[in-house]
Amino acid sequence: MHLIKMNDKAIARAQSKACGLCCTKLESFGVTIGKTEILRDINLHIHCGELTALIGPNGAGKTTLLKAIMGEVPYTGTLRFLDIKNCQTRKPLVGYVPQKLEFDSGSPTSVLDLFSAGLTARPVFLGHTTRQREHTAKILSVVQAEHLLDRRLGDLSGGELQRVLLALALEPCPDLLLMDEPVSGVDAHGRELFYNMVSSLRQDYDLSIILVSHDLVMVARHADRVLFIDHTLLCSGTPQEVFSSENIRRTYGYVFQGGINDQDSFLTEHKIKGVGA
Amino acid sequence: MESWYFLIDKLLPFAWTHHIFMKNALLAVLLVGPMFGIMGTMVVNNKMAFFSDTIGHSALTGIAIGILFGFQDPLWIMVFFSIFLAIAISLLKHYTTASTDTVIGAVSATMVALGIVILSRGGGFAKFSRFLIGDLLSITPKEIYLLLFALTIIIILWTVMFNKFLLLSVNTTLARSRGIPVRLVETLFCIVIAVIVTISIQWVGILVINSFLILPAAAARNVSINMRNYHTISVTITIFSGIIGLLLSYYWSTATGATIALVAALFYLITLPLKPRFT
Repeated sequence: MHLIKMNDKAIARAQSKACGLCCTKLESFGVTIGKTEILRDINLHIHCGELTALIGPNGAGKTTLLKAIMGEVPYTGTLRFLDIKNCQTRKPLVGYVPQKLEFDSGSPTSVLDLFSAGLTARPVFLGHTTRQREHTAKILSVVQAEHLLDRRLGDLSGGELQRVLLALALEPCPDLLLMDEPVSGVDAHGRELFYNMVSSLRQDYDLSIILVSHDLVMVARHADRVLFIDHTLLCSGTPQEVFSSENIRRTYGYVFQGGINDQDSFLTEHKIKGVGA
Repeated sequence: MESWYFLIDKLLPFAWTHHIFMKNALLAVLLVGPMFGIMGTMVVNNKMAFFSDTIGHSALTGIAIGILFGFQDPLWIMVFFSIFLAIAISLLKHYTTASTDTVIGAVSATMVALGIVILSRGGGFAKFSRFLIGDLLSITPKEIYLLLFALTIIIILWTVMFNKFLLLSVNTTLARSRGIPVRLVETLFCIVIAVIVTISIQWVGILVINSFLILPAAAARNVSINMRNYHTISVTITIFSGIIGLLLSYYWSTATGATIALVAALFYLITLPLKPRFT
Protein backbone atom coordinates (compact mmCIF):
# COMPACT_ATOMS: atom_id res chain seq x y z
CA MET A 1 0.00 0.00 0.00
CA HIS A 2 1.68 3.18 -1.12
CA LEU A 3 1.25 6.37 0.81
CA ILE A 4 0.54 9.43 -1.25
CA LYS A 5 1.70 12.65 0.27
CA MET A 6 -0.22 15.85 -0.27
CA ASN A 7 2.55 17.36 -2.38
CA ASP A 8 2.59 14.40 -4.70
CA LYS A 9 -1.11 14.46 -5.31
CA ALA A 10 -1.00 16.34 -8.55
CA ILE A 11 1.64 14.00 -9.94
CA ALA A 12 -0.25 10.97 -8.75
CA ARG A 13 -3.41 12.31 -10.35
CA ALA A 14 -1.68 12.75 -13.68
CA GLN A 15 -0.37 9.18 -13.54
CA SER A 16 -3.55 7.64 -12.26
CA LYS A 17 -5.81 5.46 -14.31
CA ALA A 18 -8.81 7.59 -13.40
CA CYS A 19 -9.75 9.70 -16.39
CA GLY A 20 -11.12 12.53 -14.27
CA LEU A 21 -13.73 13.25 -16.88
CA CYS A 22 -16.63 11.12 -15.77
CA CYS A 23 -18.70 12.96 -13.27
CA THR A 24 -21.73 12.79 -11.08
CA LYS A 25 -23.99 15.81 -11.20
CA LEU A 26 -26.53 16.89 -8.64
CA GLU A 27 -28.74 19.75 -9.73
CA SER A 28 -31.12 21.64 -7.42
CA PHE A 29 -31.09 18.52 -5.31
CA GLY A 30 -33.35 18.49 -2.26
CA VAL A 31 -34.86 16.09 0.24
CA THR A 32 -38.03 16.61 2.21
CA ILE A 33 -39.22 13.94 4.60
CA GLY A 34 -42.73 14.43 5.88
CA LYS A 35 -42.96 18.18 6.39
CA THR A 36 -39.31 18.65 7.25
CA GLU A 37 -37.05 20.01 4.55
CA ILE A 38 -33.75 18.33 5.25
CA LEU A 39 -31.77 19.38 2.21
CA ARG A 40 -32.42 22.07 -0.35
CA ASP A 41 -30.95 23.42 -3.52
CA ILE A 42 -27.70 21.49 -3.66
CA ASN A 43 -25.72 21.74 -6.85
CA LEU A 44 -22.69 19.53 -7.12
CA HIS A 45 -20.20 18.22 -9.58
CA ILE A 46 -18.18 15.25 -8.45
CA HIS A 47 -15.39 14.09 -10.69
CA CYS A 48 -14.04 10.60 -10.79
CA GLY A 49 -10.72 10.02 -9.12
CA GLU A 50 -11.59 12.60 -6.55
CA LEU A 51 -12.12 12.15 -2.84
CA THR A 52 -14.79 14.55 -1.67
CA ALA A 53 -15.28 14.95 2.06
CA LEU A 54 -18.64 15.96 3.41
CA ILE A 55 -18.52 17.84 6.68
CA GLY A 56 -21.11 19.69 8.71
CA PRO A 57 -22.84 19.70 12.08
CA ASN A 58 -24.88 16.78 13.37
CA GLY A 59 -28.32 16.80 11.81
CA ALA A 60 -27.09 18.79 8.82
CA GLY A 61 -28.33 16.14 6.42
CA LYS A 62 -25.04 14.49 5.47
CA THR A 63 -26.29 10.94 5.88
CA THR A 64 -29.58 11.90 4.24
CA LEU A 65 -27.67 13.16 1.20
CA LEU A 66 -25.91 9.81 0.87
CA LYS A 67 -29.16 7.91 1.32
CA ALA A 68 -30.89 10.05 -1.30
CA ILE A 69 -28.06 9.40 -3.76
CA MET A 70 -28.47 5.68 -3.10
CA GLY A 71 -32.19 5.95 -3.73
CA GLU A 72 -33.20 4.98 -0.24
CA VAL A 73 -34.80 8.37 0.39
CA PRO A 74 -36.87 10.15 -2.28
CA TYR A 75 -35.38 13.40 -3.59
CA THR A 76 -36.27 16.34 -5.80
CA GLY A 77 -34.04 17.72 -8.51
CA THR A 78 -31.77 15.64 -10.70
CA LEU A 79 -28.99 13.16 -10.11
CA ARG A 80 -27.07 12.15 -13.19
CA PHE A 81 -23.91 10.30 -13.93
CA LEU A 82 -22.02 11.26 -17.03
CA ASP A 83 -20.01 8.42 -18.47
CA ILE A 84 -17.45 9.94 -20.82
CA LYS A 85 -16.17 6.68 -22.22
CA ASN A 86 -19.60 5.61 -23.35
CA CYS A 87 -20.87 9.12 -23.97
CA GLN A 88 -24.04 8.62 -22.02
CA THR A 89 -25.74 9.78 -18.90
CA ARG A 90 -27.26 7.21 -16.61
CA LYS A 91 -27.95 6.47 -13.00
CA PRO A 92 -24.62 5.98 -11.25
CA LEU A 93 -23.66 2.59 -9.90
CA VAL A 94 -23.24 3.17 -6.19
CA GLY A 95 -21.06 1.40 -3.64
CA TYR A 96 -21.80 2.03 0.00
CA VAL A 97 -19.83 1.64 3.21
CA PRO A 98 -22.09 2.28 6.22
CA GLN A 99 -20.98 3.99 9.41
CA LYS A 100 -21.58 0.98 11.53
CA LEU A 101 -23.15 -2.05 9.97
CA GLU A 102 -26.00 -3.01 12.21
CA PHE A 103 -26.31 -6.73 11.93
CA ASP A 104 -26.91 -9.76 14.04
CA SER A 105 -23.44 -10.66 15.28
CA GLY A 106 -24.58 -14.18 16.19
CA SER A 107 -25.46 -15.05 12.62
CA PRO A 108 -23.31 -17.79 11.07
CA THR A 109 -22.53 -15.70 8.00
CA SER A 110 -18.90 -15.86 6.90
CA VAL A 111 -17.17 -13.13 4.93
CA LEU A 112 -17.16 -15.46 1.93
CA ASP A 113 -20.93 -16.02 2.36
CA LEU A 114 -21.51 -12.28 2.29
CA PHE A 115 -19.46 -11.80 -0.87
CA SER A 116 -20.99 -14.74 -2.70
CA ALA A 117 -24.47 -13.57 -1.78
CA GLY A 118 -23.69 -10.13 -3.14
CA LEU A 119 -21.85 -11.18 -6.27
CA THR A 120 -23.19 -14.47 -7.53
CA ALA A 121 -26.48 -16.16 -8.28
CA ARG A 122 -25.50 -19.55 -6.85
CA PRO A 123 -27.38 -19.96 -3.57
CA VAL A 124 -24.91 -19.62 -0.73
CA PHE A 125 -26.32 -22.46 1.36
CA LEU A 126 -24.86 -24.88 -1.20
CA GLY A 127 -21.37 -23.65 -0.38
CA HIS A 128 -18.89 -21.98 -2.70
CA THR A 129 -17.03 -22.94 -5.83
CA THR A 130 -13.24 -22.76 -5.84
CA ARG A 131 -13.43 -20.01 -8.41
CA GLN A 132 -15.71 -17.98 -6.18
CA ARG A 133 -13.32 -18.48 -3.29
CA GLU A 134 -10.32 -17.34 -5.27
CA HIS A 135 -12.17 -14.39 -6.72
CA THR A 136 -13.30 -13.22 -3.28
CA ALA A 137 -9.78 -13.65 -1.88
CA LYS A 138 -8.51 -11.47 -4.70
CA ILE A 139 -11.05 -8.74 -3.96
CA LEU A 140 -10.23 -8.90 -0.26
CA SER A 141 -6.51 -8.62 -0.94
CA VAL A 142 -7.13 -5.07 -2.19
CA VAL A 143 -7.94 -4.11 1.39
CA GLN A 144 -5.41 -6.54 2.92
CA ALA A 145 -8.16 -8.73 4.29
CA GLU A 146 -7.79 -12.02 2.42
CA HIS A 147 -7.06 -13.81 5.70
CA LEU A 148 -10.59 -12.97 6.89
CA LEU A 149 -12.27 -15.07 4.17
CA ASP A 150 -13.69 -17.77 6.42
CA ARG A 151 -14.30 -15.68 9.51
CA ARG A 152 -17.83 -15.00 10.70
CA LEU A 153 -18.92 -11.39 10.28
CA GLY A 154 -19.67 -11.20 13.99
CA ASP A 155 -16.08 -12.17 14.84
CA LEU A 156 -14.43 -9.33 12.93
CA SER A 157 -13.07 -6.25 14.67
CA GLY A 158 -14.52 -2.85 13.76
CA GLY A 159 -11.64 -1.98 11.45
CA GLU A 160 -11.63 -5.39 9.79
CA LEU A 161 -15.37 -5.25 9.15
CA GLN A 162 -15.08 -1.80 7.56
CA ARG A 163 -12.30 -3.03 5.27
CA VAL A 164 -14.40 -6.02 4.26
CA LEU A 165 -17.36 -3.74 3.56
CA LEU A 166 -15.12 -1.43 1.55
CA ALA A 167 -13.98 -4.38 -0.54
CA LEU A 168 -17.59 -5.43 -1.07
CA ALA A 169 -18.58 -1.90 -2.09
CA LEU A 170 -15.79 -1.93 -4.70
CA GLU A 171 -17.18 -5.01 -6.43
CA PRO A 172 -18.54 -4.54 -9.05
CA CYS A 173 -16.53 -1.35 -9.44
CA PRO A 174 -18.96 1.50 -8.72
CA ASP A 175 -19.04 4.96 -10.29
CA LEU A 176 -19.59 6.48 -6.93
CA LEU A 177 -18.40 5.21 -3.57
CA LEU A 178 -20.32 6.55 -0.60
CA MET A 179 -18.91 6.25 2.90
CA ASP A 180 -20.69 7.42 6.00
CA GLU A 181 -18.15 8.00 8.76
CA PRO A 182 -16.66 4.65 7.87
CA VAL A 183 -14.12 4.49 10.67
CA SER A 184 -15.70 6.47 13.48
CA GLY A 185 -15.45 3.62 15.95
CA VAL A 186 -12.07 2.29 14.85
CA ASP A 187 -8.73 2.77 16.62
CA ALA A 188 -6.06 5.17 15.30
CA HIS A 189 -4.06 2.49 13.52
CA GLY A 190 -7.14 1.08 11.81
CA ARG A 191 -8.24 4.57 10.77
CA GLU A 192 -4.88 5.40 9.25
CA LEU A 193 -4.83 2.08 7.38
CA PHE A 194 -8.36 2.65 6.10
CA TYR A 195 -7.76 6.21 4.90
CA ASN A 196 -4.53 5.30 3.17
CA MET A 197 -6.36 2.55 1.34
CA VAL A 198 -9.20 4.80 0.30
CA SER A 199 -6.76 7.46 -0.76
CA SER A 200 -4.93 5.17 -3.12
CA LEU A 201 -8.12 3.49 -4.33
CA ARG A 202 -9.39 6.61 -5.98
CA GLN A 203 -6.23 6.69 -8.05
CA ASP A 204 -6.34 3.06 -9.04
CA TYR A 205 -10.03 2.84 -9.80
CA ASP A 206 -12.10 5.13 -11.93
CA LEU A 207 -14.38 6.20 -9.14
CA SER A 208 -15.56 9.21 -7.20
CA ILE A 209 -15.63 8.96 -3.46
CA ILE A 210 -17.91 10.87 -1.14
CA LEU A 211 -16.90 10.52 2.47
CA VAL A 212 -18.79 11.83 5.47
CA SER A 213 -16.34 12.45 8.27
CA HIS A 214 -15.89 14.35 11.48
CA ASP A 215 -12.21 13.56 11.52
CA LEU A 216 -10.93 16.86 10.16
CA VAL A 217 -7.28 15.93 10.41
CA MET A 218 -7.83 12.93 8.15
CA VAL A 219 -10.03 14.98 5.86
CA ALA A 220 -7.31 17.62 5.53
CA ARG A 221 -4.72 14.98 4.79
CA HIS A 222 -6.60 12.94 2.22
CA ALA A 223 -9.53 14.82 0.68
CA ASP A 224 -9.26 16.62 -2.64
CA ARG A 225 -12.33 18.64 -1.97
CA VAL A 226 -14.37 19.49 1.08
CA LEU A 227 -18.06 20.29 1.09
CA PHE A 228 -19.46 22.02 4.12
CA ILE A 229 -23.14 21.23 4.44
CA ASP A 230 -25.83 22.48 6.74
CA HIS A 231 -29.14 21.72 5.03
CA THR A 232 -27.64 23.22 1.92
CA LEU A 233 -24.17 23.55 0.48
CA LEU A 234 -22.50 26.38 2.38
CA CYS A 235 -18.92 26.17 1.27
CA SER A 236 -16.81 24.01 -1.01
CA GLY A 237 -13.19 23.95 -2.05
CA THR A 238 -9.87 22.44 -1.09
CA PRO A 239 -9.51 21.50 2.58
CA GLN A 240 -7.32 24.54 3.05
CA GLU A 241 -9.87 26.89 1.55
CA VAL A 242 -12.79 25.53 3.48
CA PHE A 243 -11.10 25.22 6.84
CA SER A 244 -9.53 28.66 6.69
CA SER A 245 -12.70 30.34 5.49
CA GLU A 246 -13.28 32.98 8.14
CA ASN A 247 -16.97 32.71 7.48
CA ILE A 248 -17.08 29.02 8.35
CA ARG A 249 -14.81 29.51 11.37
CA ARG A 250 -16.80 32.42 12.72
CA THR A 251 -20.29 31.22 12.01
CA TYR A 252 -19.89 27.50 12.43
CA GLY A 253 -16.85 27.27 14.66
CA TYR A 254 -19.01 25.96 17.46
CA VAL A 255 -19.93 23.07 15.27
CA PHE A 256 -16.50 21.62 15.69
CA GLN A 257 -16.55 21.76 19.44
CA GLY A 258 -15.66 18.11 19.61
CA GLY A 259 -12.98 18.43 17.01
CA ILE A 260 -11.93 22.03 17.51
CA ASN A 261 -8.50 21.08 18.79
CA ASP A 262 -8.00 18.87 15.81
CA GLN A 263 -8.95 21.69 13.57
CA ASP A 264 -6.67 24.15 15.27
CA SER A 265 -3.77 21.77 15.21
CA PHE A 266 -4.45 21.18 11.54
CA LEU A 267 -4.41 24.88 10.80
CA THR A 268 -1.21 25.38 12.74
CA GLU A 269 0.35 22.40 11.08
CA HIS A 270 -0.45 23.58 7.62
CA LYS A 271 0.75 27.10 8.31
CA ILE A 272 4.07 25.84 9.55
CA LYS A 273 4.67 23.15 7.01
CA GLY A 274 2.85 24.82 4.22
CA VAL A 275 1.23 21.59 3.13
CA GLY A 276 -2.01 21.67 1.28
CA ALA A 277 -3.37 21.29 -2.18
CA MET B 1 -47.60 -43.77 -2.95
CA GLU B 2 -47.61 -47.54 -3.61
CA SER B 3 -43.90 -47.54 -4.30
CA TRP B 4 -43.30 -45.65 -1.05
CA TYR B 5 -45.28 -48.26 0.92
CA PHE B 6 -43.34 -51.01 -0.84
CA LEU B 7 -40.03 -49.34 -0.10
CA ILE B 8 -40.85 -48.94 3.58
CA ASP B 9 -41.97 -52.57 3.88
CA LYS B 10 -38.65 -53.67 2.39
CA LEU B 11 -36.37 -51.25 4.21
CA LEU B 12 -38.05 -50.91 7.59
CA PRO B 13 -39.84 -54.16 8.41
CA PHE B 14 -40.81 -53.10 11.94
CA ALA B 15 -44.06 -53.30 13.85
CA TRP B 16 -44.75 -49.58 13.59
CA THR B 17 -44.37 -49.50 9.83
CA HIS B 18 -47.20 -52.02 9.43
CA HIS B 19 -49.71 -49.24 9.72
CA ILE B 20 -50.46 -47.25 6.61
CA PHE B 21 -50.90 -44.11 8.72
CA MET B 22 -47.37 -44.48 10.07
CA LYS B 23 -45.98 -44.82 6.55
CA ASN B 24 -47.89 -41.70 5.56
CA ALA B 25 -46.77 -39.81 8.65
CA LEU B 26 -43.14 -40.80 8.09
CA LEU B 27 -43.25 -39.48 4.54
CA ALA B 28 -44.91 -36.27 5.74
CA VAL B 29 -42.19 -35.79 8.34
CA LEU B 30 -39.53 -36.27 5.68
CA LEU B 31 -41.19 -33.57 3.57
CA VAL B 32 -42.06 -31.06 6.28
CA GLY B 33 -38.68 -31.42 7.99
CA PRO B 34 -36.42 -30.13 5.21
CA MET B 35 -38.93 -27.42 4.37
CA PHE B 36 -38.96 -26.05 7.91
CA GLY B 37 -35.23 -26.63 8.31
CA ILE B 38 -34.48 -24.48 5.26
CA MET B 39 -36.95 -21.73 6.10
CA GLY B 40 -36.19 -21.63 9.80
CA THR B 41 -32.61 -20.49 9.30
CA MET B 42 -33.74 -17.32 7.56
CA VAL B 43 -36.62 -16.77 9.99
CA VAL B 44 -34.13 -16.85 12.87
CA ASN B 45 -31.63 -14.69 10.96
CA ASN B 46 -34.31 -12.10 10.25
CA LYS B 47 -35.47 -12.18 13.87
CA MET B 48 -38.91 -13.14 12.69
CA ALA B 49 -39.72 -15.81 15.25
CA PHE B 50 -42.51 -13.69 16.63
CA PHE B 51 -43.90 -13.06 13.16
CA SER B 52 -44.20 -16.75 12.29
CA ASP B 53 -45.72 -17.37 15.71
CA THR B 54 -48.39 -14.76 14.97
CA ILE B 55 -49.16 -16.31 11.58
CA GLY B 56 -49.59 -19.65 13.31
CA HIS B 57 -51.92 -18.28 15.94
CA SER B 58 -53.89 -16.25 13.43
CA ALA B 59 -54.78 -19.46 11.66
CA LEU B 60 -57.58 -19.67 14.24
CA THR B 61 -59.22 -16.65 12.68
CA GLY B 62 -58.57 -18.09 9.22
CA ILE B 63 -60.41 -21.26 10.21
CA ALA B 64 -63.21 -19.20 11.72
CA ILE B 65 -63.67 -17.18 8.54
CA GLY B 66 -63.69 -20.38 6.52
CA ILE B 67 -66.40 -21.85 8.78
CA LEU B 68 -68.44 -18.64 8.59
CA PHE B 69 -68.42 -18.86 4.80
CA GLY B 70 -69.51 -22.47 5.09
CA PHE B 71 -66.42 -24.24 3.74
CA GLN B 72 -65.91 -27.84 4.82
CA ASP B 73 -62.18 -27.59 4.34
CA PRO B 74 -61.05 -24.13 5.43
CA LEU B 75 -57.47 -24.59 4.14
CA TRP B 76 -57.66 -22.24 1.16
CA ILE B 77 -59.43 -19.52 3.13
CA MET B 78 -56.71 -19.93 5.76
CA VAL B 79 -53.99 -19.56 3.14
CA PHE B 80 -55.53 -16.42 1.64
CA PHE B 81 -56.06 -14.99 5.08
CA SER B 82 -52.43 -15.63 6.05
CA ILE B 83 -51.21 -13.93 2.87
CA PHE B 84 -53.41 -10.95 3.66
CA LEU B 85 -52.06 -10.88 7.19
CA ALA B 86 -48.42 -11.15 6.09
CA ILE B 87 -48.85 -8.18 3.77
CA ALA B 88 -50.77 -6.24 6.43
CA ILE B 89 -48.05 -6.81 9.03
CA SER B 90 -45.25 -5.77 6.68
CA LEU B 91 -47.21 -2.61 5.78
CA LEU B 92 -47.94 -1.84 9.43
CA LYS B 93 -44.27 -2.32 10.23
CA HIS B 94 -43.40 0.24 7.60
CA TYR B 95 -46.04 2.86 8.26
CA THR B 96 -46.29 3.00 12.01
CA THR B 97 -43.67 4.24 14.38
CA ALA B 98 -44.55 1.63 16.99
CA SER B 99 -41.93 -1.09 17.42
CA THR B 100 -42.32 -4.24 15.38
CA ASP B 101 -42.78 -6.23 18.57
CA THR B 102 -45.77 -4.17 19.58
CA VAL B 103 -47.38 -4.23 16.14
CA ILE B 104 -47.04 -7.98 15.77
CA GLY B 105 -48.09 -8.60 19.36
CA ALA B 106 -51.22 -6.53 18.87
CA VAL B 107 -52.13 -8.35 15.66
CA SER B 108 -51.49 -11.74 17.24
CA ALA B 109 -53.64 -11.09 20.31
CA THR B 110 -56.48 -9.67 18.23
CA MET B 111 -56.50 -12.58 15.79
CA VAL B 112 -56.47 -15.25 18.49
CA ALA B 113 -59.30 -13.54 20.35
CA LEU B 114 -61.35 -13.05 17.18
CA GLY B 115 -60.83 -16.66 16.13
CA ILE B 116 -61.84 -18.03 19.51
CA VAL B 117 -64.92 -15.80 19.71
CA ILE B 118 -66.19 -16.95 16.31
CA LEU B 119 -65.33 -20.62 16.75
CA SER B 120 -66.76 -20.86 20.27
CA ARG B 121 -70.20 -19.60 19.27
CA GLY B 122 -72.72 -22.05 20.65
CA GLY B 123 -70.02 -23.84 22.67
CA GLY B 124 -68.61 -25.80 19.74
CA PHE B 125 -64.91 -25.05 20.14
CA ALA B 126 -63.94 -28.60 21.09
CA LYS B 127 -64.22 -29.87 17.52
CA PHE B 128 -61.54 -27.42 16.44
CA SER B 129 -59.04 -28.44 19.06
CA ARG B 130 -57.39 -30.74 16.52
CA PHE B 131 -56.00 -27.59 14.94
CA LEU B 132 -54.41 -26.60 18.23
CA ILE B 133 -52.54 -29.86 18.70
CA GLY B 134 -52.33 -31.06 15.12
CA ASP B 135 -52.84 -34.59 13.87
CA LEU B 136 -49.98 -35.86 11.75
CA LEU B 137 -51.22 -39.45 11.84
CA SER B 138 -54.41 -38.59 9.96
CA ILE B 139 -52.61 -37.18 6.93
CA THR B 140 -53.89 -38.52 3.61
CA PRO B 141 -51.90 -39.25 0.43
CA LYS B 142 -53.54 -36.27 -1.28
CA GLU B 143 -52.32 -34.01 1.47
CA ILE B 144 -48.86 -35.51 1.23
CA TYR B 145 -48.77 -34.50 -2.43
CA LEU B 146 -49.62 -30.98 -1.33
CA LEU B 147 -46.62 -31.01 1.02
CA LEU B 148 -44.41 -32.39 -1.77
CA PHE B 149 -45.60 -29.56 -3.99
CA ALA B 150 -44.87 -27.00 -1.26
CA LEU B 151 -41.37 -28.42 -0.71
CA THR B 152 -40.65 -28.20 -4.44
CA ILE B 153 -41.76 -24.57 -4.50
CA ILE B 154 -39.56 -23.76 -1.49
CA ILE B 155 -36.52 -25.39 -3.06
CA ILE B 156 -37.00 -23.51 -6.33
CA LEU B 157 -37.67 -20.22 -4.56
CA TRP B 158 -34.68 -20.62 -2.26
CA THR B 159 -32.40 -21.45 -5.20
CA VAL B 160 -33.41 -18.23 -6.92
CA MET B 161 -33.86 -15.90 -3.97
CA PHE B 162 -31.64 -17.11 -1.16
CA ASN B 163 -28.74 -14.73 -1.76
CA LYS B 164 -31.12 -11.79 -1.70
CA PHE B 165 -32.73 -13.04 1.50
CA LEU B 166 -29.28 -13.38 3.05
CA LEU B 167 -28.10 -9.87 2.15
CA LEU B 168 -31.38 -8.51 3.41
CA SER B 169 -30.98 -10.36 6.69
CA VAL B 170 -27.50 -8.88 7.17
CA ASN B 171 -28.54 -5.25 6.67
CA THR B 172 -31.30 -3.62 4.63
CA THR B 173 -29.33 -0.52 3.65
CA LEU B 174 -26.48 -2.68 2.45
CA ALA B 175 -28.95 -4.81 0.47
CA ARG B 176 -30.49 -1.74 -1.11
CA SER B 177 -27.11 -0.36 -2.08
CA ARG B 178 -26.61 -3.59 -4.02
CA GLY B 179 -29.78 -3.09 -6.01
CA ILE B 180 -32.13 -5.40 -4.14
CA PRO B 181 -35.77 -4.23 -4.07
CA VAL B 182 -35.90 -4.50 -0.30
CA ARG B 183 -39.61 -4.05 0.38
CA LEU B 184 -40.61 -6.48 -2.35
CA VAL B 185 -38.22 -9.22 -1.26
CA GLU B 186 -39.15 -8.71 2.38
CA THR B 187 -42.86 -9.02 1.65
CA LEU B 188 -42.29 -12.07 -0.54
CA PHE B 189 -40.41 -13.73 2.31
CA CYS B 190 -43.22 -12.95 4.78
CA ILE B 191 -45.81 -14.38 2.38
CA VAL B 192 -43.87 -17.58 1.82
CA ILE B 193 -43.45 -18.17 5.55
CA ALA B 194 -47.14 -17.44 6.12
CA VAL B 195 -48.32 -19.85 3.41
CA ILE B 196 -46.07 -22.73 4.46
CA VAL B 197 -46.90 -22.33 8.14
CA THR B 198 -50.60 -22.29 7.32
CA ILE B 199 -50.47 -25.33 5.06
CA SER B 200 -48.63 -27.34 7.69
CA ILE B 201 -50.66 -26.22 10.64
CA GLN B 202 -53.29 -28.93 10.71
CA TRP B 203 -50.60 -31.63 10.87
CA VAL B 204 -48.33 -29.94 13.35
CA GLY B 205 -50.71 -27.89 15.46
CA ILE B 206 -51.07 -24.18 16.09
CA LEU B 207 -49.48 -24.42 19.51
CA VAL B 208 -46.19 -26.02 18.47
CA ILE B 209 -45.71 -25.07 14.83
CA ASN B 210 -43.34 -22.25 15.64
CA SER B 211 -41.02 -24.55 17.56
CA PHE B 212 -40.67 -26.58 14.34
CA LEU B 213 -39.46 -23.51 12.56
CA ILE B 214 -37.31 -21.98 15.29
CA LEU B 215 -35.73 -24.76 17.36
CA PRO B 216 -33.75 -26.61 14.66
CA ALA B 217 -32.42 -23.36 13.21
CA ALA B 218 -31.60 -22.01 16.66
CA ALA B 219 -29.78 -25.25 17.50
CA ALA B 220 -27.88 -25.20 14.19
CA ARG B 221 -26.90 -21.60 14.76
CA ASN B 222 -25.13 -22.56 17.97
CA VAL B 223 -22.73 -24.83 16.16
CA SER B 224 -22.17 -23.38 12.69
CA ILE B 225 -19.73 -20.90 11.24
CA ASN B 226 -21.07 -20.42 7.75
CA MET B 227 -24.26 -20.65 5.74
CA ARG B 228 -23.63 -24.10 4.37
CA ASN B 229 -23.20 -25.85 7.68
CA TYR B 230 -25.97 -23.73 9.18
CA HIS B 231 -28.40 -25.19 6.64
CA THR B 232 -27.01 -28.72 6.63
CA ILE B 233 -27.23 -28.95 10.41
CA SER B 234 -30.66 -27.35 10.58
CA VAL B 235 -32.14 -29.74 8.00
CA THR B 236 -30.46 -32.72 9.63
CA ILE B 237 -31.90 -31.78 13.01
CA THR B 238 -35.43 -31.36 11.63
CA ILE B 239 -35.29 -34.75 9.92
CA PHE B 240 -33.89 -36.54 12.97
CA SER B 241 -36.23 -34.89 15.45
CA GLY B 242 -39.12 -35.62 13.05
CA ILE B 243 -38.37 -39.33 12.86
CA ILE B 244 -37.46 -39.76 16.55
CA GLY B 245 -40.50 -37.72 17.62
CA LEU B 246 -42.83 -39.74 15.41
CA LEU B 247 -41.59 -43.03 16.85
CA LEU B 248 -41.75 -41.81 20.44
CA SER B 249 -45.28 -40.52 19.94
CA TYR B 250 -46.26 -43.91 18.52
CA TYR B 251 -44.91 -45.84 21.50
CA TRP B 252 -45.98 -43.28 24.11
CA SER B 253 -49.35 -42.54 22.47
CA THR B 254 -48.68 -38.81 22.63
CA ALA B 255 -49.44 -35.97 20.23
CA THR B 256 -46.96 -36.25 17.37
CA GLY B 257 -46.34 -32.54 16.72
CA ALA B 258 -45.53 -31.78 20.34
CA THR B 259 -43.31 -34.86 20.70
CA ILE B 260 -41.28 -33.83 17.66
CA ALA B 261 -40.98 -30.30 19.05
CA LEU B 262 -39.66 -31.74 22.34
CA VAL B 263 -36.97 -33.73 20.54
CA ALA B 264 -35.99 -30.58 18.62
CA ALA B 265 -35.81 -28.72 21.95
CA LEU B 266 -33.48 -31.44 23.21
CA PHE B 267 -31.18 -30.81 20.23
CA TYR B 268 -31.21 -27.14 21.10
CA LEU B 269 -30.24 -27.88 24.71
CA ILE B 270 -27.42 -30.16 23.56
CA THR B 271 -25.95 -27.55 21.20
CA LEU B 272 -26.26 -24.66 23.63
CA PRO B 273 -23.15 -25.45 25.74
CA LEU B 274 -21.17 -26.09 22.53
CA LYS B 275 -21.75 -22.56 21.33
CA PRO B 276 -18.58 -20.96 22.76
CA ARG B 277 -16.45 -23.35 20.70
CA PHE B 278 -17.88 -22.05 17.47
CA THR B 279 -17.45 -18.32 17.95
